Parts: sequence; C-alpha cells; structure tokens
Amino acid sequence: MPDIQKLQNLTTQVRRDILRMVHKVNSGHPGGSLGCAEFFVALYKEIMDTKDHFDMDGIGEDLFFLSNGHISPVYYSVLARCGYFPVDELNTFRLIDSRLQGHPTTHEGLPGVRIASGSLGQGMSVAIGAAEAKKLNNDNHLIYSLHGDGELQEGQNWEAIMYASANKVDNLISTIDLNGKQIDGATDDVLPMGSLKAKFEAFGWIVLEIKEGNNIEAILDGMSEAKAQTGKGKPVCVLLETEMGNGVDFMMHTHAWHGKAPNDEQLEIALSQNAETLGDY
Amino acid sequence: MNTIMKTYENTGNKDTRSGFGAGLTELGKTNENVVALCADLIGSLKMDEFKANHPERFFQVGIAEANMIGIAAGLTIGGKIPFTGTFANFSTGRVYDQIRQSVAYSGKNVKICASHAGVTLGEDGATHQILEDIGLMKMLPGMTVINTCDYNQTKAATLAIAEHKGPVYLRFGRPKVANFTSENQKFEIGKAVKLTDGIDVTIVATGHLVWEALEASKVLYEQGISAEVINIHTIKPLDEDAILKSVAKTGCIVTAEEHNYLGGLGESVSRTLVKNNPTPQEFVATNDTFGESGTPSQLMDKYGLNAKAIIEASKKVLKRK
Repeated sequence: MPDIQKLQNLTTQVRRDILRMVHKVNSGHPGGSLGCAEFFVALYKEIMDTKDHFDMDGIGEDLFFLSNGHISPVYYSVLARCGYFPVDELNTFRLIDSRLQGHPTTHEGLPGVRIASGSLGQGMSVAIGAAEAKKLNNDNHLIYSLHGDGELQEGQNWEAIMYASANKVDNLISTIDLNGKQIDGATDDVLPMGSLKAKFEAFGWIVLEIKEGNNIEAILDGMSEAKAQTGKGKPVCVLLETEMGNGVDFMMHTHAWHGKAPNDEQLEIALSQNAETLGDY
Repeated sequence: MNTIMKTYENTGNKDTRSGFGAGLTELGKTNENVVALCADLIGSLKMDEFKANHPERFFQVGIAEANMIGIAAGLTIGGKIPFTGTFANFSTGRVYDQIRQSVAYSGKNVKICASHAGVTLGEDGATHQILEDIGLMKMLPGMTVINTCDYNQTKAATLAIAEHKGPVYLRFGRPKVANFTSENQKFEIGKAVKLTDGIDVTIVATGHLVWEALEASKVLYEQGISAEVINIHTIKPLDEDAILKSVAKTGCIVTAEEHNYLGGLGESVSRTLVKNNPTPQEFVATNDTFGESGTPSQLMDKYGLNAKAIIEASKKVLKRK
C-alpha cells in the first residue's frame, strides 16, 4: 500500500518548489503546475515503472510525455525530487545557460525529458510514436501523456486521437488536465469543447474520469483502473478534473495565475499555506 | 581550355521518387530499425514494396501530416529510424512547427522524405508545387538538406541517410528525368560531386537542374566556353571548399535550382562567396513567384529552369568577371 502521507508531503514540497521557481524569475506558469502536482507525484512515485537511470530510448520502462510544456515547473520539481537531476538545479529555472528551459527540451540534455514541448498539440502524436516503438520492440511497458484541456483546441490532437484508436494503440494512457481554464479565461468562454468524454468515446477510446484530480488516493485508484484497461485494443483516456492553482487559496478558482508569478508578498502567503516538508532546494 | 569534356550518358529516364522507393525497399531488408510512415500517398512515394515486405514496420497515418511527423519523432524513442513520405509541400510548410519542435529542436533521428518538389510536379498547379521548402528546412538548426538529381543518386542518398544520425530533409521529384549518375555510387552527405572540369565558369546545380547544367555545358563547350559543373546534392551542410576551389579557377558562378532564389541553394552559395571570395554570381531559380499548371517541360521553360536558362546565365556572368 502506498504511504499517502508521504506522497502528500512530497506534493506540498513540490508546490513550494513551483512557487519559488516562478517567483525567482518572475515568469512561468504556476496555475496549471499547482493543479497537476498530485498527478505528477502519483505518476512518478507510484504509477509508472521506471528504471533507476535515464536513457533516451527508455526500453524496459514506462515513459511519460508532457504535451502542455508550460507546466514545466511541476515537471522539473518532480523529476528532481525523484532523482533525475540534483534538486539544487531547480535554482536555475529559466535562467541563462540552464538545462531547465522555460519549456521542457531535450536540447540541453536534461535527464527525464524525451521531447521538447510548449508549442501545443504535438505531444499525443509523439506518445503514439513511442507506443508504436514499444510494440515493435516487444516491450510491454506503457506510455503516459498529459495534455491541457484548452490544448485540445489544437487540431493535431484530433488527428492523433483518430489514429490511436484506428490502430489499436492500447499501450497508451493519455490524461487530460481538465481544469476548465486557459490563458484568456474559462475554456467554455474561449472555445467550448462540449463533452470531452463523449468526444473521446466517439473516437473509439476507453474513457475514465477522475473527479477528484487533486486527491492522491483518487488519482491512484483512477490510474490503476486506467492501467487495467490497457491491452484491450483501445487507447485509454483519463479525464482528470483539477483545480488550477490548487493549494494556494488566492490562486484557485481563477485563470489569473495561468502564466503569472507571485510577488514577494504573495509568495510569502502562498508558502505559508504550504509548510516545508522535505526541505527547500 | 580543356580539349576533352567529360560527358554523361542518360541510361534511360526514370523518376527520382522511384529511386527513393528502391532505396527504402533495400533498407527494409538490411536495417530492421528502419520504419516508414506515409500520409495517404503510398503509390506516389513508391513505398508500396516496403509496405508489402514489412507491414509491421509501415504506418499509414492517413491525411494527417502533423500527426505523422509527431509519430515519427516518437518512434525514434526506442531506437527506430523513421522515414516519412509525402509531397514536399506537405512535408515542410504544412508541418513546419511539428518539425521544428518535435524533430529538429528535439534532435530526433527522423528522415523527412519529400516527393513532387518544385514546378515539375506539373498539372496539379501551385497549391502543390512548393518552391520554398529548401529555405524552410535549411533554416532549422541541425537539419541536413539534400536534393538529389536522378534515380541512382536518390537511391544512394536514401541508403546513406539511414546511416546518418540526426534529422534529414530529402527532396526529390515526380517526373521521369535523365538517369546518369553511377548505379552503385557511394553517397557522401555534404560532399559535392564535380561532374566536368572547366575554367571559364562554375555551374553549381542541385536536383533536376543538374542534368540541365550538363546539357548547358555541352552547348557552351561548342561555343568555346568551358564550364565546370558541380552537383551539389547536399545544400546543408554546404561543401564550401568545392565551391571556393572552383571559383578560384573560373572567377564566376551560376547556381541552378528548382526553387525560389530567396532561401535556396543560390543564397547559400552567395553567403559562402561573400565571406570568402566575392565572385560574380547569377541565379537560375524562380523569381519570387508561385508556379502554375502545365507540363513539367513547359513549366521549366516558362520559369527559366532549364539548360537554355543556364546558358544565358553563364554568358551573363562571364561578362561580369
């Protein structure tokens, strides 16, 4: 049984990392990062089967692709806290000569990252390619990917969604961060997408919903069910309902913190709501 | 001037895309990591045989080029060497951001193989006749850009790029054209091939214009002008030494390509010359225009992309020495 308290402690520390990273450089995307903190912690600590060293080909392990690359702070924090690179390196986020670019990239050779992302809508295609490579290599491990809900407005996703079911890419679990918000406001105001569940199902995917996407136990349950649904001839979609800015009261229930960093005072308040657990970098 | 000019024999017209197909078929047998993807143009790209031989390594993605580029990038993660196939227009401009982020910036070992480049696609017209693709692709950091001249060279290039680690854009065409390079040539990426020795003018050509340059050199020779014809199959990285060595001798140069003069081979050559040895240059290329419907030879003539245009450009540049 996973130690939930331990995972929660890590999540709190990840939140502190996210806030401190974006504050230091007065840029970056805290809202979506905070909303996905529990998911990343659950994914890397409990859900995925990964090797203890990083290599690009990732044969013999589960792989993760982040399509909505702007939530790099949560990705970097969790990668560092899982040992992919030194936690101290979080200090270099978005600085000159850093491996921690504004959006994730392989270009500087940061361990844990296998594709550049940031220009939206490309990650599912890449994940499908990696899933097809796994099949060719007779590697039974799974491919995980994460996408923003607003990101699904990019047409390439629907090419990929169509392809994955038509070609029975059933070793793929694509999670949609359903926070209902994007830069310009609520997704329902910017470009309403209707029922994503109905859309994915119409495209031939198995769809699972995690209604409490900021509850680690709910995520663990939902994702283990998702794993159980792989290998059945269909790709698996997880609709993860999250709260943008989760864990910082003034960042929640608004899209205002999508791409804005807290000032000194705001940081102090935000950190006071997330007491240090594992030690700041 | 030289008393004997080296000549080349056309062993029979063949399309360069069939050279790609033949190369891919061979790779299928010799390299189990090679996989191929196509966006609903298997017949046009001559990928039928690879598909028949290796259905498990062939991915029909449908009319969805952006997805094809992304899947290709993903397939490299796991050690595969993906070859994507569609028309040049849909291989570049349509999917530029996908290539930029998922392939070039990510440093993925994807081979983007593009047929029907340029006006010689013919009757389909300007929507399909891309004349900007070399420029688009050469601007991407880390991208190798190759434009082959005939069937044999396209086959050899297809084999060679599988051995090269890193993203490659391989450009070829639709029409049947002279096949004159040697059948079992070794293709060296980034290494120009000097086809004739000359002392009066250098003609640097790529793709379908290489044969036209040879035809032009024969006419020029009869008129007492000795042309050194160089086949630049690799536009990036450019074989600057070969170009500089030749112009040191001839003192003037004509570049010839089935592409817009903006962003093409000619511009890359100009940059090399300006930095090292400023030399009069004339451009045989399209003049910042779209193409149109017509037969390949009509279009090559109308847009000034044939031996006649190369002869005129050579005489013009000679006067500027």
